[in-house]
Amino acid sequence: MNPLHLICPAGSLPALKAAVDHGADGVYLGLRDDTNARNFSGLNFDDRTLAEGIRYAHARGRQVLMALNTYPQADRIERWQRAVDKAAELGADAVILADAGLMAYAVKTHPELRLHLSVQGSATSYEAIEFYRERFGIRRAVLPRVLSLAQVENVVRNTRVEIELFGFGGLCVMVEGRCLLSSYACGDSPNTFGACSPGHAVRWRQTPQGMETRLNGVLIDRYADDEKAGYPTLCKGRFEVQGETYYALEEPTSLNTLELLPQLLKMGISAIKIEGRQRSPAYVAQVTRVWRQAIDAVRRDPDGFAPLPAWMAELDKVSEGAMHTLGAYYRPWK
Amino acid sequence: MEMKLALGPLLYYWPREDTFAFYEAAATWPVDIIYLGETVCSRRHLLRLSDWLALAARLAEAGKEVVLSTLPLIESESDLKLMRKLVRNGQYRVEANDYGAVRLLAEAGAPFVAGPTLNVYNSETLALLRGLGAVRWVPPLEMDRGLLAAMRVPAGMHTELFAYGRMPLAYSARCFTARHYNLQKDDCQFKCLDHPDGLGLRTREGEPFLTLNGIQTQSGRVLSLAHRLAELAGVDVLRLSPQSRHMARVVAVFRELLDGALTPADLPSRLDRLLPASPCDGYWLGQAGMAFQGTATR
Repeated sequence: MNPLHLICPAGSLPALKAAVDHGADGVYLGLRDDTNARNFSGLNFDDRTLAEGIRYAHARGRQVLMALNTYPQADRIERWQRAVDKAAELGADAVILADAGLMAYAVKTHPELRLHLSVQGSATSYEAIEFYRERFGIRRAVLPRVLSLAQVENVVRNTRVEIELFGFGGLCVMVEGRCLLSSYACGDSPNTFGACSPGHAVRWRQTPQGMETRLNGVLIDRYADDEKAGYPTLCKGRFEVQGETYYALEEPTSLNTLELLPQLLKMGISAIKIEGRQRSPAYVAQVTRVWRQAIDAVRRDPDGFAPLPAWMAELDKVSEGAMHTLGAYYRPWK
Repeated sequence: MEMKLALGPLLYYWPREDTFAFYEAAATWPVDIIYLGETVCSRRHLLRLSDWLALAARLAEAGKEVVLSTLPLIESESDLKLMRKLVRNGQYRVEANDYGAVRLLAEAGAPFVAGPTLNVYNSETLALLRGLGAVRWVPPLEMDRGLLAAMRVPAGMHTELFAYGRMPLAYSARCFTARHYNLQKDDCQFKCLDHPDGLGLRTREGEPFLTLNGIQTQSGRVLSLAHRLAELAGVDVLRLSPQSRHMARVVAVFRELLDGALTPADLPSRLDRLLPASPCDGYWLGQAGMAFQGTATR
C-alpha cells in the first residue's frame, strides 16, 4: 500500500461524495445513532445512504471505513454487534472500533473483516497497540493527538500495525477515550453517548455582559460584542484560575500538520485522517482538495516539499478560530 | 463477602517527606488495600520506584494488601521501562491503567487489577479481562448504578468502586498547571508541589468547576457515595482517593459506616466538613457527574 492514505470525514452522503470526488483514498462514517463518536442530529447514515455511499466509493476505487467507536454499555452490546454485522454485509472495507469486547465479537463473527483501532481506544504506545494486534488482529491504529513526532516514530518502529494520524481539523486537547469532562457537566460523553458538549445541553444567551454560552447551565464562555462567539466545546472555554481568566485548557484552534508531511512520509505513517464529520460537504471538498495536492506533492518530491501559501490560506479559512497549531507533535505546545 | 476499603493511588505531587508521612500514617488506618505509585505525570520524580517499593514493604508488613499502579498515559520509552519494572516486581499485585500494561501482565501470567481508565463499559470486555488474569476491576467513573447492576461479573472477579474524592476526569499531553504559570511542560518547575489538592478552575461567574492537576483534569466537586452505601450491592471494595488534609478522618467515617457504628444521618456532622469542596454523586444516579442529590433514594 502507498503510504499517507488520505482518509476524509463523511457526515452525510453529499460529504462522502465530495470527499471521493476531490481525491480521498478513503472516507470514514458512522450510523445515525450512539454507536459512533459523532452522534449529532442530522448527521450520519441510515441503511439506504450507507449502501449508496459504499457503492459510490467502491465504484471509484475508494475505501469506506465505518466508525463504531463508542463503548457499548453494559447489557446493550447487541446494537453495536448488529452494526458490525451490517458493516460486514454491506462490504465496508474496515470497522473502526474502540471496545475490546466488541472487537472479540467482530473477530469471531466476521474473521475476514478488517479491524482498525479507533483513537477512542486511547492506545498511545506500541505495547497497547500490540495488545490489540495479538488478541484481535487489528491492522491499523489511530493514535491519540498527544504524542510528539519522535514518540510517534518510536511507535511506528515497534509495531507492524499501520499507523494513522490526525492531520487536520478540530483538536482534542485531552487523550481521546479518556475524557469525561462532557459527562461531568451534562451527563453525556464521547465514550457513552458519542458526543462531547452535545447540542441538546447547549444554550446561547445575549446578556448585558455579552453573549454567554452554557453547557447544562455551566458558563463556558462570555463574548464581548466585538468577539466572535464559538461553540461551547467545554475544553475551549475561558475560565478563571487564581484570579486570571484565560483559555485554561485550550484555545479554539485547529490542528494542521501539512508542513510535517515529509517527516510523516519518511517515518512510515500509513494514513492521515482529516477531522470533521460534523462539517459541511463544502468544507470536506475544500480540505480534501488541498490535502490531495499536498500528499501527491510530497510523494513526488519529499525533500523539495514545502506547503504552498495558497494551501495554508485555504485551510486557515475553514479552521476553527481561524488559527492553526501543530499540537502535541510540536513539543513546546505541551 | 464483607466490603473492603482501599486507599487509591495518590493523584497529587507532594514533597517527599509529606508523602512518606502520609503513608506512615496510612499504615495505621483501617483500610484493607493501598495503591501506590505515580499515576499522573512521569516528570514527578521525588519518589523513585525503589521508594515506592520500600513503602510497599512497610505497608505490607502492616497487613495491607499493596497494589502498584501503572501510568494511564504512556508516552515515552522510559514510561514503558517503568511499566515493565512494575509488571515484573514479583511481589505485589499491579493495577493496569492502560492496555499495554494488560498485555505485559497477561504475558507474565500475573493476576492484576483492571483500573478505571481501561474503559470497561460492558460484560464482554470484563469477561475478556478476567480471562487475561484480572481479579478485580474498577468501573469507569461515569458508569451509573443501573449499568453497574446489569454487568455480569465473572467468577473470581471483584468490583471496586471509586467512592470518595475528586474524580480524575481527563488526561492530556499538555500540563495545565505549567500552562497556568506560562511554563513549558519540560520546564514546569514542578509547580504541582504548590498545589497539594490541585489548582481550582472556576467559571467566569465564579462557580468552582474543575481542578487542574498537571496533565490530569479533575472534578471541582468531591465525589462521595458515603450516604449511598446501602445501594452498593455487588460492590466488594470502596476506593477512597487521597487528599492532603483530614484523610484519616475520612477513612474512619467510611469504616464506621461499614461497621454500622455510623448511619447516613450522622454524615452531615461527621463527613461534610472534611470535604475540600462541595460533594457530588450525579454519575451514580445516571445524571451529570457534578450533580448532587444528597439523600439516598431508590
